[in-house]
Amino acid sequence: MYKLAIVPESAHKMTTATHLFRLYIAGEAVNSVLAQRNLKGFCEQFYPGNYQIQLVDVLLSPERAWTEGITVTPMLLRLSPPPCIKIMGNLSDTQQLSNVLSSIND
Amino acid sequence: MSSSHQIQLNKTRTGIRGLDEITNGGLPQGRCTLLAGGPGCGKTVLALQVLVNGAKNGEPGIFVAFEEDASRIVVNAATFGWDLPDLQNKELFFLDGKPRPEDIWAGAFDLSGLLAMLKAKADQINAKRIVFDSIDVLLSLLDNPQAERRELFRLNDWLVSNGMTGIVTCKNNDSGLSGLDYKDFMQYMVDCVINLSHEMDDRVAHRSLRVVKYRGSGFYSGEVTLLLGDQGAEIIAFPESSHDQVASTERISSGVPRLDSMLGGGYYRGSAVLLSGAPGTSKTTLCGIFILAACQRGEPCLYVSFDESVSEIVRNLKSVNIDLEQYIISGLLHIQSIRSGLAGTEEHVGTLRKLLEAHQPRCFVIDPLSAIVHSEGDTRRRMPEKMLTLTKASGITLLCTSLLGNGGDSLNEETGIQISAVADTWIHISYSILSGERNRALSIIKSRGSEHSNQVRELIIDAQGITLADVYQANGEVLMGTARWQKEQAEIAAEQLLLANVEYKRRVIELAQSEVNARVEILQVELAVKQKDLELLLATEATRLGSLDTSRDELWNKRSGDDTKPSMPLKNDV
Repeated sequence: MYKLAIVPESAHKMTTATHLFRLYIAGEAVNSVLAQRNLKGFCEQFYPGNYQIQLVDVLLSPERAWTEGITVTPMLLRLSPPPCIKIMGNLSDTQQLSNVLSSIND
Repeated sequence: MSSSHQIQLNKTRTGIRGLDEITNGGLPQGRCTLLAGGPGCGKTVLALQVLVNGAKNGEPGIFVAFEEDASRIVVNAATFGWDLPDLQNKELFFLDGKPRPEDIWAGAFDLSGLLAMLKAKADQINAKRIVFDSIDVLLSLLDNPQAERRELFRLNDWLVSNGMTGIVTCKNNDSGLSGLDYKDFMQYMVDCVINLSHEMDDRVAHRSLRVVKYRGSGFYSGEVTLLLGDQGAEIIAFPESSHDQVASTERISSGVPRLDSMLGGGYYRGSAVLLSGAPGTSKTTLCGIFILAACQRGEPCLYVSFDESVSEIVRNLKSVNIDLEQYIISGLLHIQSIRSGLAGTEEHVGTLRKLLEAHQPRCFVIDPLSAIVHSEGDTRRRMPEKMLTLTKASGITLLCTSLLGNGGDSLNEETGIQISAVADTWIHISYSILSGERNRALSIIKSRGSEHSNQVRELIIDAQGITLADVYQANGEVLMGTARWQKEQAEIAAEQLLLANVEYKRRVIELAQSEVNARVEILQVELAVKQKDLELLLATEATRLGSLDTSRDELWNKRSGDDTKPSMPLKNDV
C-alpha cells in the first residue's frame, strides 16, 4: 500500500489544478457510484474549478489495482497537495471528508 | 460451476497429514471453508500450508493477508522449510490488505473491487486456491451487520462461481457478544467449518481441531490434535483401527527363557505387551533383554526412552550383561531419548509415529509409556491406545512399561493408562518385602490367546542377566531372596536324606534277593542229584532183568534139550 504514496510525475504535468484526486472504483457498484457523486459534490463546493479527479476502474484495470495494493473499493487518494492521503469508503461521511482534507490542508 | 446438477462433490487434497483423513479426502473443491479459532490456534499456518502444498502440486494460490503483513508471514513461515521465496510470485502470490492506522474511513465500501482484482490475478496465474486471512479484520471495518452479511455472500458467491477453493479464517472467541453475529452467519453460509482451539493441558500448550460441518460429505467429528512442528501443521489422527488384521501365531522370545515358557512360548509377534511395576522393578532391564534378543535375531529395533538419556540406558543395561552397543553402531537398534515434559501426549504420539516411520522397526519399546500421559481427559488418555492399534496394524511388537504403585492396586484397571485393556499381554512386577529384604516378584496378569503360568516368579538380576526363580510358600507367606535360598538349601538337604534312605533300602532288598537266589541254586542242584539217582535205579533194574532171561534160557537148554520153548511169562510178570 505504501506504493500509493508514489505520485506519478505525469499526474502533475497533466493539470494545473491544485487539488488532484484519484478514485478507485469497481464499475457500477453502488458504493462506487456514490463515491463519485460525493467526491464531485465535495469538490464543487470547496474547490470549484480547481480540482481534477482521475478515475481508475479496477474491473477494467485489475492488474494496476493489484500492483497499487487496492483491497477495498471505493478508495480515494489525494495526490495533491501533499501529503498523500488515503480515504476509504463511499465518502458519504462528508463531515469526516472535509475534516480530514481541510485540517491537513491548513 | 455451482450447477445444482453436480452430484459428485469433489475434494481438494490439502496435503496436510491427518486433515485429509478426517475430512475423507480434503476440503470441498470450488467451495468455501471456514477456519475459526482464537489467537495462536494455527489458523494462518494451516491455511498457508494448504496453499503451499497446492502450489507445489500445480495448483497456484493467492494469499490475501488482512491481519499480518505478507512479508512477515513469509518470514514466519521460513521455519517450516516450505521454500516460500521459491514459490512466491510464481505459484504463490500474496496480497497485502492489512488496514493501516493512517487509513481514513469515510462511508461504506464493498469487496467488489477486491474480488474483481483477485479474479483477474487468479485467471492470470490459473490459481485454484485462495486464502482470506482473516476476514473479520476486513468485515469489522464495515461496522454494519447488513453490510457484513452482504459482503460475505459476495465473497462466497465469487468463490463458487470461479471454482476457487477458498479458505476464510476468522477469529472466534466465546464471548458471545452482539456484533459478532456475522461469525455465526458465516458458519451457516460456508460448506465446511473447521474449529481450532488452543488451551493449556497440564501446563503444556495443546492445539486441537475439529471439523464442525462438511456439506455433502462424511467426516470425523471428533477433536484431533494439531501440531505445529518443523514441517508445518500436522494433525494427529489415526485411522479407525481395522480389526481384520491377520493375527500372527509366531512367537518371539522375551529374552528370558523362563519367561517365554511362562507365556507359552514367548510374546506373539505384533502384539502389545505392557510391563507394569513400581520404580526399580527392572522394567527397563526386561525391555533391554527383549531388544537384545530381537537384535540377535537381526530384527531392526526402536527404543524410545522418556527422561533417561541414551548413554545412561546403555551403561545400565551393560551392567547386567545386556550389551546393546554393537547394535546401535551397526544401526540395527535406534535408541531415542525424549523429554516427556516438553510436549503434550498427542505431540509425543506424533513424534513416536514419525520415529516408527523413519526406522521401520519390528520390535519397539516405549519406556515408560506412562511418562507421556499427563491428562485425565478421556480423549487424551485414549491416545496411547491409538498408538497401540497403529503398531498392531504394522505388525510391530510393542513392549511398553508403565509405572504403577505397589499398594495392592496392581490389578486395578484404573491405572491412569487404559492401555491395559488394549495390551495383549500384561506382566506385573511388584516388590515383596519379607525378613528385611525387598525382592521382585513377576507375574503374568493376562496373556491373550495363550496359556500362561499363574505362578509368581522371583526376578533375579545379577551381572549375568535376568533369571526367574521359583518362589516358595511357607506358612502362607511367599518366600523370596535369602528366605527362598534358605528354603532351597533345606530342601536340598531333605532330598539328600531321602536319597540315602532309598539307597539303604535298595541294598537290603538286593541282599534278600541274593539269598533267595542262592537257595534256589542249592535246591536245583539237589533236584539234579535226585534225578540222577532215579536214572541209576532204573538202569540197574533193567540190567538185572536182562541177565535173568539169559540165564533161564541157558538153564532150559541144559536141562532137556527140547526145541519147544514155553512163552516167556516171567518177563511179563515182572
